[in-house]
Amino acid sequence: MTPGAAGLLTGPGTSLTWNIGSDISQVLAFHFMVNAVRAGTIIAVAAGVIGWFMILRRQSFAGHTLAVVAFPGASGAILLGLPAAAGYFGFCIAAALLIAAAPRSQADTGFSAESAVIGTVQAFALACGFLFVSLYKGFLDGITGLLFGSFLGITDSQVLTLLAAAAAALSVLAVTGRPLFFASTDPDVAAARGVPVRALSVVFLVLLGVAAAEVSQITGALLVFALLVMPAAAAQQLTARPALSLPLTVIIALAVTWLGLGVSYFSVYPVGFFVTTFGFAAYVLAVAARQAADRLGRRPRPAKIAVSA
Amino acid sequence: MHPPAGQPAAASAAAVTARGAAIAVGGRTLWSGVDLDVPAGEFVAILGPNGVGKSTLIKAVLGLLPLAAGQLEVLGGPPGRASHRIGYLPQRRSFDPGLRVRGVDVVRCGLDGDRWGLPLPGAARFSGRARRAAARVDEVIDLVGAGAYARRPVGQLSGGEQQRLLIAQALVREPELLVLDEPLDSLDLPNQGAVAGLIAAISQAGQVTVLMVAHDVNPILSYLDKVIYIAAGGTVSGTPAEVITSATLSRLYDTPIEVLHTSDGRLVVVGQPEAPAVHTDRHTGIPRP
Repeated sequence: MTPGAAGLLTGPGTSLTWNIGSDISQVLAFHFMVNAVRAGTIIAVAAGVIGWFMILRRQSFAGHTLAVVAFPGASGAILLGLPAAAGYFGFCIAAALLIAAAPRSQADTGFSAESAVIGTVQAFALACGFLFVSLYKGFLDGITGLLFGSFLGITDSQVLTLLAAAAAALSVLAVTGRPLFFASTDPDVAAARGVPVRALSVVFLVLLGVAAAEVSQITGALLVFALLVMPAAAAQQLTARPALSLPLTVIIALAVTWLGLGVSYFSVYPVGFFVTTFGFAAYVLAVAARQAADRLGRRPRPAKIAVSA
Repeated sequence: MHPPAGQPAAASAAAVTARGAAIAVGGRTLWSGVDLDVPAGEFVAILGPNGVGKSTLIKAVLGLLPLAAGQLEVLGGPPGRASHRIGYLPQRRSFDPGLRVRGVDVVRCGLDGDRWGLPLPGAARFSGRARRAAARVDEVIDLVGAGAYARRPVGQLSGGEQQRLLIAQALVREPELLVLDEPLDSLDLPNQGAVAGLIAAISQAGQVTVLMVAHDVNPILSYLDKVIYIAAGGTVSGTPAEVITSATLSRLYDTPIEVLHTSDGRLVVVGQPEAPAVHTDRHTGIPRP
């Protein structure tokens, strides 16, 4: 947490009460918190939906690498005096295209052939980020924010940028959603049916880059998975029905983000920790609920039982 | 053997024809001089040792790989043109056990998974088309006898259960041609018999031509109208009794091959050139002299 936040904590109106309504109005009394909640909401929706497809496609490693790439992106942009958002989106989308250009094995089962390229990109990205930070003297305080997140000082124009990127990414998914689902679960059959599997894979990696760039701006580059993996993984544990688990993912992502922001406002500890911890708790609870449901007997529709549990 | 009653007899009598077809993968000719005739409505098996390029032939039929030479016609047009009239079951082991998608979703993909857009939840309540789609999916799931487990996560189902759902997926759009790549592979013996019987029943019910790749002919032997044996240098086709003989296969593979008949009617092919038992490279198994 930065010195600014520490100062705020000593000011009036930052004490937690038992009245949730007054707590929420306390949080939203500051414009920077309003912007943080706006940004968090946009990011949670976009990351939830894109993360849901990422889990389905088993591309978590690619997602993680794109998130790590956000670190040199942002530090490079700051070094050059550009807005950090330009670095986040520019680097993440460029890395997505690089991974997409990786040769795919002929069998095309799974995405294991990508992993060497992805790992190479990830290591080089971290090294570049370290270099940029070293070149920009006196920037070291900012590293923690870049790696582990910060919700302070999000401007109105940054919120608009996040909104535009999220809206663009979700519109693309609205058009490609069904063939992408087909290509993700069953690439061979989808290709035989004329679905452009390869092109969809490139499109999805770019969307994943956009999502990683967005989430990095609030959770930091290293904790992107809090919103990209955890809500989707938890929701897919709870139900195997796509029409149910996708909205459930968004709900969990929103809950985790809002709770994380709210709690970190009243605490001295960073937002990235709280968002990640709530995401982790959601996942653990989901796994426990599913195992309990499975143990309650092999009913024909265990998914339903788990949801109501 | 049992042409469907309403089948037009003229040019459409062949579902798949090939003349002198050859294919090259990575610059190496896998097979050449392949002639195919798959009559409409029949149950035809493509046989041959592992690695000879049976799956590659299927990919060519689907229009996923171009021919290096010769002609290939599928459902009266060039390959790939009629992909919406073909049901395809690729060779595979199984779905990832962690895949949290129901069997019914997999089948539904076969119906409209290639359409752009996003399905709206609850569309069945106000759209007739969505209702008909759901009904068709249920109907085909019943047809393959997968109703009991179609709503469980597909990764948790057994190989035989997954295979039935995938056959349902291939059938859901009422294709004219059903292309199956080793559908009995990775199944245990009782499931092999059951799935083979299911495919035969689908074929005998009428409107669909079945083209199936297999490396063991026995589970489907009694149902087959025609077999096509493929080797690097060409094909031999005909009824099982004509083709699966010591003389024919020895000539095709240019090596002594013996076909033995067991007392229960099974065939055992001895001396058939096999690719290395470990599939290090599926495309090197050109029959050795």
